Amino acid sequence: MTDTTMTNQFLETGINSKDKRTQKLFRLLFMLMTILLVLPVLIILTTLIVKGGGILSIDFLFTNPTNGMTAGGIFPALLGTVWIVAVALLISVPVGIAAAIYLSEYASDNWFTRIINLAIINLAGVPSIVHALFGVGAFVIFMGIGTSILAASLTLAIMTLPVVIVATKESLQAVPPAFREACWNMGATRTQTIQRIVLPNAVSGILTGVILEVSRTTGETAPIMFTGAAFFLPVLPQSVFDQTMAMSLHLFVVSTQVPNIPEALPYGVALVLILMVLLMNSLSIALRMYLRGKKKW
Amino acid sequence: MVMPAEQAGVADSGQQAPAKIEVKDLSIHYGSDFTALSEVSLQIRENEIFGIIGPANAGKTSFLKSLNRMDDFTAGMRISGDILFNDINIRAVRNVYALRSRIGVVFPLPVGLPLTIYDNVALAPRLRGINEKAELDVIVERCLERAALWDEVKDRLNALGSLLSGGQQQRLTIARALSQEPEVLMLDEFSIAVDPVTTMRIEDVLKELKQEMTIILVTNLVQQAHRLADRTAFFLNGQCVEIGDTEDLFSGNVKDSKTQDYIEGRFG
Repeated sequence: MTDTTMTNQFLETGINSKDKRTQKLFRLLFMLMTILLVLPVLIILTTLIVKGGGILSIDFLFTNPTNGMTAGGIFPALLGTVWIVAVALLISVPVGIAAAIYLSEYASDNWFTRIINLAIINLAGVPSIVHALFGVGAFVIFMGIGTSILAASLTLAIMTLPVVIVATKESLQAVPPAFREACWNMGATRTQTIQRIVLPNAVSGILTGVILEVSRTTGETAPIMFTGAAFFLPVLPQSVFDQTMAMSLHLFVVSTQVPNIPEALPYGVALVLILMVLLMNSLSIALRMYLRGKKKW
Repeated sequence: MVMPAEQAGVADSGQQAPAKIEVKDLSIHYGSDFTALSEVSLQIRENEIFGIIGPANAGKTSFLKSLNRMDDFTAGMRISGDILFNDINIRAVRNVYALRSRIGVVFPLPVGLPLTIYDNVALAPRLRGINEKAELDVIVERCLERAALWDEVKDRLNALGSLLSGGQQQRLTIARALSQEPEVLMLDEFSIAVDPVTTMRIEDVLKELKQEMTIILVTNLVQQAHRLADRTAFFLNGQCVEIGDTEDLFSGNVKDSKTQDYIEGRFG
């Protein structure tokens, strides 16, 4: 008797097999959704590589455009994008990290900080063209900086600040509160605790946020087209007060504004732009994986 | 008649040792309506082990938290009454960091900071401004030794403290508290994550440590209080029911029958 109960107790019942079927169905459904998500990326990349891959060369990357942009390379735009992104980072990263540290580590939870948090979320939701017009009004005209790399970068910095703040805040808050309390109980000040315990353990998240910001900044067009990016300017910028060409605007220009352009050229520009972004994103993923491997608790 | 010196010492300690911490009418509330502790007054004397026993919700942990002003960063925790540390009202202490650094705290759940074992123990000395390697080495070894952890970790001081086992992390926490060279050591059920043999080793250390510091021992193990504490307080539902010499309490010499019942395991 015991034998039969022993062998029977793990037999499948009708309910079990129904559950199994439902599970399979949902698994399949979710998998299809995931594939659907990857599909556009694959299509975009293949199209760009097939149509624009041929034009890529060292010369294409490092020479000026010629013949009214219908020939030549993209060097001024490439360099201009690097300038704009770098200056934007120099502004938004310190400000954003400082703000996030304040909000996460110093500020108490009251109506004031709640309003600030709300403002940050809303800032993230403001359309980029609105940021562009704000940039024109505030930096180019009011502050008198003029259309320049600096004005473009300031506009981008303000637009991407929420990304930095939110990413930093989240990684700070991922550090368990018990660590902070243990430190405070030893007589450490808040600042000492942040320096020695909180920040070193939040660095990976902060870096990831910064790199994501880079990839977003690289592709933005609207905020820079009125504030600092030039339609065609085959001269390399000498300082942050110069105008410059930029990859994203250049793509827009060669795709829509210039007649008689070889078909491969816009695809080539788009390919370089997307490769820059993908490079940044993979760097971010690699960094995240590397630092997660060194997780300390 | 001459009493044996040791016995005389026990009897006299009640009158002579000065108060390290004096608590007057201490009440602790959380939020608007929860009272964790009401109207507790007691003295903790220098170089004694002061045991606090009592069931869950008795207010033991809240009591400890009030002593080093942990309420400053515990949301909703409100305190009334006076707490004197070395005769100074801790409410009036401007430099709360100096106060906290004189009080070592060990909580039931160990917190190994995400630093190396060495840095965990060297953190408090470094906060005090000690940066010389040789000096730090001495402190780290002594503290780990006292926390009964040195033998297990001496070959891997650069491993992460937060990846040690639970019991080891708890001893690391104790070592870290000792590295503060505290005047008062507060232990909140330190042995919960520690095996019995190690618990005994740490208990032996505590008996030695009371020469140098005052120890407040909150424990769920009534026998642990019996073994270690010079005097014991019994907390129940936010009240301090009774305070007495541990020997008296455990020999049935109690004022309140609830204390007797708790000690003998009839409730709680």
